[in-house]
Amino acid sequence: MSQVEHKRGRPYARIASRTFALLCAGATWLCVSILVLLLWNIVSFGWDSLSWDYINRFPSRFAEKAGIKPALVGSLYLIGLTALFSVPIGVGSAIYLEEYAKKSRWRTLVQINIANLAGVPSIVYGILGLGLFVRAMQLNRSLVAGALTLTLVVLPIVILATQESLRATPSTIRQASYALGATRWQTVWYQLLPAALPGIMTGVILALSRALGEAAPLVAIGAATYVRFLPEDIFNDEFTALPLQIFSWTSQPQKGFHEVAAAGIVVLLVVLICMNALAVVLRYRFSKNKRW
Amino acid sequence: MFLAASTREQFASKSANLDLRGIFELAIHGLLLACAAVSIVTTVGIVFVLLFESVQFFREVSVWEFLTGTRWSPLLKPQHFGIMPLFCGTLLVAGGSALIAIPLGLATAIYLSEYASPLVREIVKPILEILAGIPSVVYGYLAVVFVSPLIRDTIPSADLFNAANACVVVGIMILPMVVSLSEDVLQSVPRSLREGAYALGATKLDVTLGVILPAAMSGIMAACLLAIARAVGETMAVTLAAGATPNLTLNPFEGIQTMTAYIVQVSQGDTPAGTLEYRTLFAVGLALFVSTFVLNVFSRWILLRVEEKYE
Repeated sequence: MSQVEHKRGRPYARIASRTFALLCAGATWLCVSILVLLLWNIVSFGWDSLSWDYINRFPSRFAEKAGIKPALVGSLYLIGLTALFSVPIGVGSAIYLEEYAKKSRWRTLVQINIANLAGVPSIVYGILGLGLFVRAMQLNRSLVAGALTLTLVVLPIVILATQESLRATPSTIRQASYALGATRWQTVWYQLLPAALPGIMTGVILALSRALGEAAPLVAIGAATYVRFLPEDIFNDEFTALPLQIFSWTSQPQKGFHEVAAAGIVVLLVVLICMNALAVVLRYRFSKNKRW
Repeated sequence: MFLAASTREQFASKSANLDLRGIFELAIHGLLLACAAVSIVTTVGIVFVLLFESVQFFREVSVWEFLTGTRWSPLLKPQHFGIMPLFCGTLLVAGGSALIAIPLGLATAIYLSEYASPLVREIVKPILEILAGIPSVVYGYLAVVFVSPLIRDTIPSADLFNAANACVVVGIMILPMVVSLSEDVLQSVPRSLREGAYALGATKLDVTLGVILPAAMSGIMAACLLAIARAVGETMAVTLAAGATPNLTLNPFEGIQTMTAYIVQVSQGDTPAGTLEYRTLFAVGLALFVSTFVLNVFSRWILLRVEEKYE
């Protein structure tokens, strides 16, 4: 602060400090109230359309008869398949980077590459999926093509979360295991993975909630928005997903469809909240067994 | 004799065991290496797919025309392939959302890091996590149903779907990212700097604005760049909120189209594969990939330097 201010004894210093604190607190509570306002608006707007019928019906040209069944089923299939693909690959990469790879240029390259992939917009993955899975591998617009594309989107999240939780396991566990004559894989499988499980599961659930909400890559691979049947053959049948269905309803000009979209958002958010609650429960149950 | 034979047998079986185990370990090592290689293959795949079709596109449209042209209408005759309008739209949305998210997010981060009691932090941080977990299509819905009428009530001359609309929702969307990244940076400023400043008789305001913020400045800049990169790549909310008219303008109340929204428009239409119109998708994708890549690399470079500074 300038000398002049010091000579006057800085009469406003305290008030300025208080005002700034209040401003910052105001910003924080503004953020919080934005969230509450948003959720309240959506729920109150979509509440009337929400019913068991709505969940159990197929989409329709008439807003009051539209339902969300194929989208919900499609989304559940998608996250199931995405988990199937992304968990082994993601956890495997993380184990490789943390436990197997020596400090080398190659490791640094992979690590930087993963950090960059995390920042690639999801629609770009969609274009890759279109070129690679839909056209080159002839998977068409099937659930498998969609799930593989989403796997690429969420892979960096799974890898980074797993790495972090492997890094958090104490090195004494590794040393003790090696001292007893265990091989590297035995150490990983019997000691490190069980210890890191809560962190890995939290990361996986976070990644799957991201996959559940992604619409852009699915639009890019050309997934349908109006499907009147449930997918049976995961390699061939067309599918739709919750965020896609919400997107297509929101793009309609009629207000009726906006209400149906709001109800769809409520369903989507409920599924997301269930997944996150599961993450919290799992983390709590497994962390009770930790002994360090 | 007998004893010797049995030891030899034992030894042989043991070494066979060891070999089997060695092979198993090696196989596992290879498998894990293959997993890690997937991420490299992904990057190569992205670059290859984008370049492969883009090169064919640039055979018919010159790179210069693509980068500097001021009109974008590849789906209508007469065709124009200047990406400037899309680029300008993207910039407008990213800049506008940054104007909303950065001041609000930074103030929140300062409050959480420097002022808030542990209880308040315990309440606010999960709420911000929820905000960060809301899918982008939901923000698009909010833009269409709530924000757009609000803007049209205030400024009647605004288009139904406009850039300001997108700025508001994308701003809210990247807000949690700005808060959590900046808060991490603020927390990493060493305690000794704070204590030194208090010992010299500084008020809390002096410490925050005069000591901590300057020390954390480069990290905060990196956080803001990451958030802007996210806004540049944001797709569904922008597609729904900002309209679909490529428009070279800086007026936030006009309808615009971003690079991402154009990709969605082409994907939803029935443009046949292999045509020039279809290849615009990959050329625009390449432009989008390069812009977010540059932003990300730059911000990570800044963050890396910050980490070195305080280690």
